[in-house]
Amino acid sequence: MAEVTLTINGLQVTVPKGTTVLDAARQAGLFIPTFCHDPELTRFGACRMCVVEIPGMRNLPASCVTEATEGMVVHTDSPAVIEARKTILELMLANHPMDCLTCGKNGDCRLQDYAYMYGVKTEPFGGEKHNYPLEDDNPFIVRDMNKCILCGKCVRACAEIQGKSIVDFAYRGFDAKITPAMDVPLSESECVFCGNCVAVCPVGALQEKGLRSAARTWEVQKVKTTCPYCGTGCNFELNVKDNQVVGVTSCDGDVNGRALCVKGRFGYGFIHHPDRLTTPLIKKNGEFVEATWDEAITLVAQKLGDIKDKYGPDALAVLSSARCTNEENYLMQKFTRAVLGTNSIDHCARL
Amino acid sequence: MTNSIGEIAGADFILAIGTNTTESHPVISLQAKKAQRNGATLVVADPRRTEMAELANTHLQLKSGSDIALLNAMANVIISEELWNKEFVANRTEDFESLKETVAKYTPEYAEQITGIPADTIKTVARGYAKANNATILYTMGVTQHICGTHNVFAVANLAMLCGHIGKENSGVNPLRGQNNVQGACDMGALPNVYTGYQAVTVDDNRTKFSKAWNVAELPAQPGLTVGEMMEGAADGKVKGMYIMGENPVLSDPDADHVVHALEKLEFLVVQDIFLTETAALADVVLPAASFAEKDGTFSNTERRVQRVRKAIDPVGNARADWEIICNIATAMGYPMQYASASNIFDEIASLTPSYAGISYARLELGGIQWPCPDADHPGTPYLHKDKFVRGLGKFNPVEYIPPAELPDQDYPLVLSTGRRHFHYHTGTMTQRTGALEVHYGAEHLEINPADAAALNVAEGDTVLMKSRRGQVEVTARITDVVPRGMVFTSFHFPEVAINKLTNPARDPVAKIPELKVCAVKVITVS
Amino acid sequence: MSYVSLTINGVMVTVPKGTTVLNAAREAGVFIPTFCHDPNIPRFGACRICVVEIPGMRNLPASCVTEATEGMEVYTESPAVVEARKTILELLLANHPQDCLTCEKNGDCRLQDYAFRYSVKEAGFKGESKDYPLDDTNPYIIRDANKCILCGRCVRTCNAIPDRSVIDFGYRGFNTKIVTAMDTPLGESDCVYCGRCVTVCPVGALAWKPLAGKGRTWEMARQDVTCTFCDSGCVFEVLSKDGKNVGVIPKASGNGRPLCLKGRLGLELKYLDDPPPPYLKKDGEFAQVSWAEALGLEDILAKLDNKG
Repeated sequence: MAEVTLTINGLQVTVPKGTTVLDAARQAGLFIPTFCHDPELTRFGACRMCVVEIPGMRNLPASCVTEATEGMVVHTDSPAVIEARKTILELMLANHPMDCLTCGKNGDCRLQDYAYMYGVKTEPFGGEKHNYPLEDDNPFIVRDMNKCILCGKCVRACAEIQGKSIVDFAYRGFDAKITPAMDVPLSESECVFCGNCVAVCPVGALQEKGLRSAARTWEVQKVKTTCPYCGTGCNFELNVKDNQVVGVTSCDGDVNGRALCVKGRFGYGFIHHPDRLTTPLIKKNGEFVEATWDEAITLVAQKLGDIKDKYGPDALAVLSSARCTNEENYLMQKFTRAVLGTNSIDHCARL
Repeated sequence: MTNSIGEIAGADFILAIGTNTTESHPVISLQAKKAQRNGATLVVADPRRTEMAELANTHLQLKSGSDIALLNAMANVIISEELWNKEFVANRTEDFESLKETVAKYTPEYAEQITGIPADTIKTVARGYAKANNATILYTMGVTQHICGTHNVFAVANLAMLCGHIGKENSGVNPLRGQNNVQGACDMGALPNVYTGYQAVTVDDNRTKFSKAWNVAELPAQPGLTVGEMMEGAADGKVKGMYIMGENPVLSDPDADHVVHALEKLEFLVVQDIFLTETAALADVVLPAASFAEKDGTFSNTERRVQRVRKAIDPVGNARADWEIICNIATAMGYPMQYASASNIFDEIASLTPSYAGISYARLELGGIQWPCPDADHPGTPYLHKDKFVRGLGKFNPVEYIPPAELPDQDYPLVLSTGRRHFHYHTGTMTQRTGALEVHYGAEHLEINPADAAALNVAEGDTVLMKSRRGQVEVTARITDVVPRGMVFTSFHFPEVAINKLTNPARDPVAKIPELKVCAVKVITVS
Repeated sequence: MSYVSLTINGVMVTVPKGTTVLNAAREAGVFIPTFCHDPNIPRFGACRICVVEIPGMRNLPASCVTEATEGMEVYTESPAVVEARKTILELLLANHPQDCLTCEKNGDCRLQDYAFRYSVKEAGFKGESKDYPLDDTNPYIIRDANKCILCGRCVRTCNAIPDRSVIDFGYRGFNTKIVTAMDTPLGESDCVYCGRCVTVCPVGALAWKPLAGKGRTWEMARQDVTCTFCDSGCVFEVLSKDGKNVGVIPKASGNGRPLCLKGRLGLELKYLDDPPPPYLKKDGEFAQVSWAEALGLEDILAKLDNKG
């Protein structure tokens, strides 16, 4: 493969031909801020946050769409670059609600990160502001188009990851907005609420309804695990606050990358549902009565033992579970064969 | 699956048969969409015009249960037009002649009569499949939940071997498994005839190995009962006691009324679950189990990838992890079963299971591993049958079309098929309690074709009574041409529409899978 | 000791006589928000965010200054209580800058916590806003009186050191403000920058200047260290971001003793990956110099180097 060597902030970097300046810089461990860039999505070059200075070029080019060439000299944080980034942030903030106070993405927001990093505290540009109503009529996703910075990641994620193209850019200029066809709410569109747009949104425009109203981003611990629904085996992170699962977020899954479906991302509510069984129950006179573990285990052991003694092991049968772990299925067949003494164990693979 | 999920995107021809992938396996469907964006041809065989069918380059809207006729006709075209992979068939397979003989009568024209798919379409699809560099077949319960389910799978395998579309990257036969750990439950020997890793209980050496490892004098040699046989045994009084962990056969099994009757006849039933399911309600003892978020363990997904499940929170209330409960009961029955952690159990599994031997929790920290993984240095196996099949040569198992066990007639003129919805899962015990999914999709309906609706004088939103020879349910009608004329469809997610009261428990004689995809019903408007 | 039993949200709780309702609730694991309350300094009852409903009492009393009595019934999240808290938050926010975006306390701010908890998204009341200049004339503490909610914790903790009492409430009504004597900047007062006030401030009114711009609260890993400069044993926290120690802040004073600036600066030198450089006055101007030069050790180091 052909390679090119360029200089970034005085460092020599050699990368394969075709590599963008952004990727070259990141490989060299240099930071460049981005909003619209995503390694999994097509290059877009819309937000201009990643501009760098390359002597000889007419303007400050967007590093995410500029390919590295032999001998190129790049400055990622020259005064001109910083000035440009500050102006971009000021312009974005001129039309962005200042409500980090209660925003669900506070603490996990690129606009906030970069505003802090570049010391952009207020918007010097007054002017008209969007005042779109909040869209929260579905139980999964809250859309606040006032917070949208039009990076287009959701549009590309919907088209390129989910293959649905539910949302796209609509209107022009100041009125430009991400909408489903005919600017209806998501609930009236063909959206299947996979939430993959939410997973890529760099700001607070798209938020998980349950998670972002239950906890601040810095309050949660994330535990990587495997989805309990279908056989695909998507990985995701359970978000935990105070020993409660408050939501699910994407991580880099072996099978799924960041993609999830509506059940995986939004189907965690059963964990803390009041219908959960929390204590052993023993049926007495046709009614369930709460029991201790000792009582229940003793009774089960005794009854199974009695039937085995009286009728032989093959009068017992066990249904194991395609929902439980390997370890549990292993122990269940071990129990059935070694303790009960029968091979009558099955599960619902056939359904 | 013979291949990995990611390899679907690398196929240039995908035949998806009996799989409503976008709804039942949404994230796998993304790979099919990706392949299509890269120029692959997608052919979907399904009686319903699902979203997947809408995406397809060709939708084969075959009659329910006519899969073998379609697949054999494709083989017929491929053989008669000399499109088969002669090198692969010669080197890797046997009994080609018997296949050739059997499919000879399945001309596209003959298959057209059975399947309802035009002969020319069958020819085009067969040519496309045979000529593709990398062709993959995806299927799910639409293929297996028939009395000829095993034969359907044979027909699929025959086609793949005929064209050499197996044993290489991006090409294979890929059943998409419906439950998170159905693969793992099978791998772990939660089956009546095998121990872990499909080591048969009938083989003396296997019994010796396990009895030694488990420290018992003897292990039973006779294969045990399957689910359906257990229910029949219970009804007959031969099975007296059952222990059910994390399953809800009252809603998931066919002929639900019969299942309830059978379970009620037991002397003792213990059910271990996270909710008081319809099945648990019948139990003598109910044991509260921990959910996946409350325990450590592993799941094996449909592509044989073993992945970690990690404990995120403590069990709710006094619930315990299923593995701990099993240990408690075994110990109380005089068989001391104690493990410090799930990881220790896994080590025992690895020591007894050649295909899992190289997997450990330490390795899984770095990512999932696809079995077979025979030793600690083995990277795992993304696709199977690379240089040879497990049995050596791939055997063609020619199969004949047989019609479903129960076809519509004068009294029950419609075909009922059942399946899944995007927003729900299985018997709904989890998805009906999320505070989100059931809010969005809160009630089930019956899909009915406009022509049938008009004939029956059913309007959109009407409550109808649907009856089969086994039972009946009331359900709201949705008039849609997603279903063809003569067919109705609904899911088994909603207890209030307990559709398995109607379905036919007639089973495939080999795999014992019930024919949930076809039974005869009638629909009556309720005023 | 005599005990009293009361019910809080229907749960029976028994506490020693003299215990406040707030402490009784907290012992029972019941959450009550507070701004002005601090277990280590005298009771104040100013902010009213801790109000609870006690049937029979005239108003909603502040739980931090109400003692539990036998048979008392307390409701900590009744509709009336929630309504009152929301109104308090709305009133506070009506005169509070909405700049969490870059505020150093974002993520560790009680006003923000409670606004999120009670879903108070907007001020609700419009009116005059304070517009005080930022007091950042000293190298240690940034004071932003616009963000002050007048909880008085800084005043009370400063007054707890008898010879300090550098700050107190000044002016009246809307103009009330925490001030030094004569309302000078902190840099011109008797303040010795022990930082007790910063450690107790529940909002963004007082912030550590050396930490400004160094990272967000949620990005910081914290490690407790005990100061060894004297025998008081004050506890400090070393803050690190991305594996790099970026700041030292006081956590709690030693028993009966104040915190001090000396301790913190010493610990900064000891723990920080990039400690602030020393300055030496040369020709009447401060110039940044090396530690060797500042400590007058250049000659000795040179000799050591030559030997090596």
